[in-house]
Amino acid sequence: MISSYAAGLLAEIGIASIAALSVHLILAVGQLSLGNAAFMACGAYTASVLSVEHAVPIPLAIAAGAVVSGVLGLIVGFPALRLRGIYLAMATLGFGEMTRSFFLSLDATGGAAGYSGMQRVSLIGIWAWALPLLVLVLIAERSRLWLALNAVRDDETAARLLGLNTVALKLGAFTAAAALAGIAGGLFAHWHIFIEPGAFSLDRSTEMVLAVVLGGSTVALGPFFGAAALALAPEALRFIADWRLAAFGALLIVILLLRPQGIIDKRLLRALKP
Amino acid sequence: MSLLSLKGVTCRFGGITALNNLTLDLPAGAITGVIGPNGAGKTTLFNCITGAYRPSEGEISLRGESLLGLPPHRIARRGIARTFQNIRLFPSMTVWEHLMVVQRGGGLRAALAPLSLSGDTPRRRAEQALERFGLAPFRDRLATTLPYGVMRRVELARALTAEPALLLLDEPVAGMNHEEAAGVASLLQGLVAEGLTLLLIEHDMGFVEHLCDRVHVLDFGTLIASGTPAEVRRIPAVIDAYLGVEA
Repeated sequence: MISSYAAGLLAEIGIASIAALSVHLILAVGQLSLGNAAFMACGAYTASVLSVEHAVPIPLAIAAGAVVSGVLGLIVGFPALRLRGIYLAMATLGFGEMTRSFFLSLDATGGAAGYSGMQRVSLIGIWAWALPLLVLVLIAERSRLWLALNAVRDDETAARLLGLNTVALKLGAFTAAAALAGIAGGLFAHWHIFIEPGAFSLDRSTEMVLAVVLGGSTVALGPFFGAAALALAPEALRFIADWRLAAFGALLIVILLLRPQGIIDKRLLRALKP
Repeated sequence: MSLLSLKGVTCRFGGITALNNLTLDLPAGAITGVIGPNGAGKTTLFNCITGAYRPSEGEISLRGESLLGLPPHRIARRGIARTFQNIRLFPSMTVWEHLMVVQRGGGLRAALAPLSLSGDTPRRRAEQALERFGLAPFRDRLATTLPYGVMRRVELARALTAEPALLLLDEPVAGMNHEEAAGVASLLQGLVAEGLTLLLIEHDMGFVEHLCDRVHVLDFGTLIASGTPAEVRRIPAVIDAYLGVEA
């Protein structure tokens, strides 16, 4: 049996991996979102209300949360089509904060006091979502559809003139990413069995982006690895007590200086192949 | 029979008329050239045909069906592909990936199938393109790291994997030496023999004369002459505007 400490870390890694994959998917079309915590919040609250108040089984409640988040992603995706780079980052940041304040003021889900009453999902339950989703993204990455997403990132004008429906590709990526974040949110809610708007702040969105940047944004294993590194590094640094967060920050900077493309990239994977 | 026809196409940007009342027909299965000095409106013409710009006036139709108002990707799917004056390859992709990325057909399931799945049509098409354009040695190289002439061939091959009826080439041999240009010329002739229609912009008059069945000459957005390369060469207005008077 694993200790509850280890179980907690593993659960966190599973949830953070799914969340990081959602950022990865948006980055595949060359967009940066700093508001994915909002989709996570949406999935978390939807799934929780369904499972607590309507006795919906947890996996179904989480799936419903993903659908609601996905629809929200589609709606947000439309204005986001007109923005790119830093402007989109700012717009999504605004959207994230807006969503957080929305749940802060929403009395039906407890407002600032938070919402509870969920049944706890098991560690295996979390990985039963995380692993298949990772495999799914890994398979998708080898497809023509993923190449088309990357074409939009590389040169949107050329992609469009060569026959790729860039609008649909961007909206699709946004929608799927929002749904992924929604799943992460649903799992988060049912693991911690308590949620509050503060859990879905800009910090959370930044963490998702950081996992991708740190792990590498060219293959899905990168975000996965990054999420694990982000969860484990502060623990591994516990021996330096009060300085650990500072040391963690320094470590991040060093890694990014040494590997600006992220820890894992295609070249590393090729080199590791027997 | 004409494949593409333009009637009275005018394209204005603010006070500038980049294309002025342009009417021309592209016969199917032929190589048509567009020449003219810099700023004559040649690239604007391409941008109007592909839907990157919307003409202020006039009509553009492919096989009798209007293309006006269609988004660029739909125009491309009707059968118009292009290459770019400044090579526009995708920096993150290998040569092989360039040959897979703009292919269509088979629906979502085919689009989601792994690239390495053998026997599937897109893969076969890409392999043919690889052979035909002599790109096999560069298959897994990042396309933007290759020599200039090879990058041009990748661009051409990528456009053809979309299986167009009409291919627009914006200065296909710019920056190439004679030998490379001759190689491209024979490739293009081979494609036309298989039924492709070409419209090309080119400054290299030797290349145009060698290759084109018909030539249209643009100057300040206006069509000043049309005919075989030999014919337009003798028209005084063309000599003035473009070829220059021999001293």
